[in-house]
Amino acid sequence: MDVAANGLELLDPTAERESGDRPLAAPIDGAAGLRIALLDIRKPRGDVFLDELERLLNARGYVVERTAKPTFTRPAPADLRREIAERCDALVEALAD
Amino acid sequence: MARELVAIIKHDCPVCVELLPALDAAAQDGAPLRIVSQSGGGDTAALWERLRLVSPVEIDEELALSALYDPDAVPALLLLDGGEERGRVEGLARDRIADLAAEAGFALHLDGLPAHRPGCASRTRDPLVAATLAARAARADGRLRSRTLRLGAHEDPFEALHERGLTDGLPVVPPTPERVVALLEGTRRHPQDVVGIVPPYGGTATVEKVAVNAVMAGCLPEHLPFVLAAVEAACEERFTMHGLLATTHPAGPLIVASGPLTERAGLNARGNCLGQGNRANLAIGRSLQLVVRNIGGGRPQIEDRSAHGNPGKLGACFAELQEGSPWEPLSVDRGFGAGETTVTLWAAEAPRLIVDQIARDPEGLCASLALALQSVAHPKQLFIWDALVVGPEHGRILREAGWDRARTRAELMRLTTSRIGDMLRGAGGSPEGLDPAVFGGNPDGMIPKFAGPDRIGLVHAGGSAGLFSMVYGMWASGEIGSTPVTRSVEPWM
Repeated sequence: MDVAANGLELLDPTAERESGDRPLAAPIDGAAGLRIALLDIRKPRGDVFLDELERLLNARGYVVERTAKPTFTRPAPADLRREIAERCDALVEALAD
Repeated sequence: MARELVAIIKHDCPVCVELLPALDAAAQDGAPLRIVSQSGGGDTAALWERLRLVSPVEIDEELALSALYDPDAVPALLLLDGGEERGRVEGLARDRIADLAAEAGFALHLDGLPAHRPGCASRTRDPLVAATLAARAARADGRLRSRTLRLGAHEDPFEALHERGLTDGLPVVPPTPERVVALLEGTRRHPQDVVGIVPPYGGTATVEKVAVNAVMAGCLPEHLPFVLAAVEAACEERFTMHGLLATTHPAGPLIVASGPLTERAGLNARGNCLGQGNRANLAIGRSLQLVVRNIGGGRPQIEDRSAHGNPGKLGACFAELQEGSPWEPLSVDRGFGAGETTVTLWAAEAPRLIVDQIARDPEGLCASLALALQSVAHPKQLFIWDALVVGPEHGRILREAGWDRARTRAELMRLTTSRIGDMLRGAGGSPEGLDPAVFGGNPDGMIPKFAGPDRIGLVHAGGSAGLFSMVYGMWASGEIGSTPVTRSVEPWM
């Protein structure tokens, strides 16, 4: 009954999640014609940044798809994430602020 | 298996000492008798030497046998038949012990001993030992499933927990299994019930995991139901805890408890209720933050991107003061039954003071409050932000005038409605404000600060002297942000 002699035993306060290994996506080659999603998270002036990025990407021959989260306060919905992954080769997200 | 008598003793029990020579003599004669000591090997051997006993004695390692038969007192004599208990005597009851021995098939000579003498408390009744046994039982039957963090004998638990990234920067109470099991007395819920999935990483908050963090925060059992309700509320999607944690805004979850159980739990609704010195307020508020950190995985400056934070992000919790309130309880306003206790979570900044020591009528008071409310986040930012107002001496003015929540809110809405032209970007020299492309066509139209009267929270709390109110601004609210969430608090006894 003498726990002190062996050191204290405490309960782990975390959720004890294991982080799985996820392979990195293959690098894109940068060739013209790639489809690139620009995700607006709905913060003020995010569109200004993305407009400029779209212009630059178009000038280099990329196809740009503009997308947006419904609100900046929540993670992008799963459907939106899936749609971007299916339709586009790369994603640029304009973070706040 | 034959019948046998098991005698449970401990070395520092004078009644055991009186009885042991007779037990020793019977054991030497080959009686089916086992003597089991609750004391350690050293103390037991010393006793045997002092009393010149020669019969074998078993040490009840980890008190497993004692916990199994669970006597209140020793000496405890158990008549076992194939391990099954057929009779017992606790303490010294000469004739009954002799009868028990006879049933086991041997004679026990107890001449010269007193007829009756109460025994000593079993070691399993020692509070610290009982706690250890309760923790062991909880582990064995699956109530406790958390991984064990085993600290070295020379590790300081306070430093060890901090080094492992499990604190909020202040020392926490080390969450031993004993403390967690004791805290779980505060709820009838099974420790493995899921309370919620905690952002940002979606950690599963079982009652047990919440209790581990509540121990660390300093909770007592009667605080746990408030913490459980607060975690449930925080995990509701419409509260948007993920965004509230990740935002650059300084807000954090503010817990406002309302109802009769708040006093029983020791929550402070009176003087300094938003400050230091009250264990329930501080520990309940802190528990939620530790849950988000440890179960959710949200760490400051990593997942939590707040530019400044605020002191309430250590924990923010207070109770509504029903005595003298101009309004019905917040719990009722939030749709719960009279007499029910609730917690309501808001996504709140630090509170700020609004002084009006002159107003004696509700109209004047509301005009002063409205000036402060207009300034939440920015005087010309509208619709996005909610607010919460708290203050008893100001409350008295409203109570005496008979202004209920609806009346007070309507007046505050009216007084925070502005001319559109004054709210446009550039007006007053400030570039913030309404977009002229959208609103510029109607500069003389009127526009309210808040999206609706219910977006102005009103809670009565604070000390009895001081013509002040406290105003909390909120993080982005409504559909685009966080909606206040209220959950019922389960009575703990």
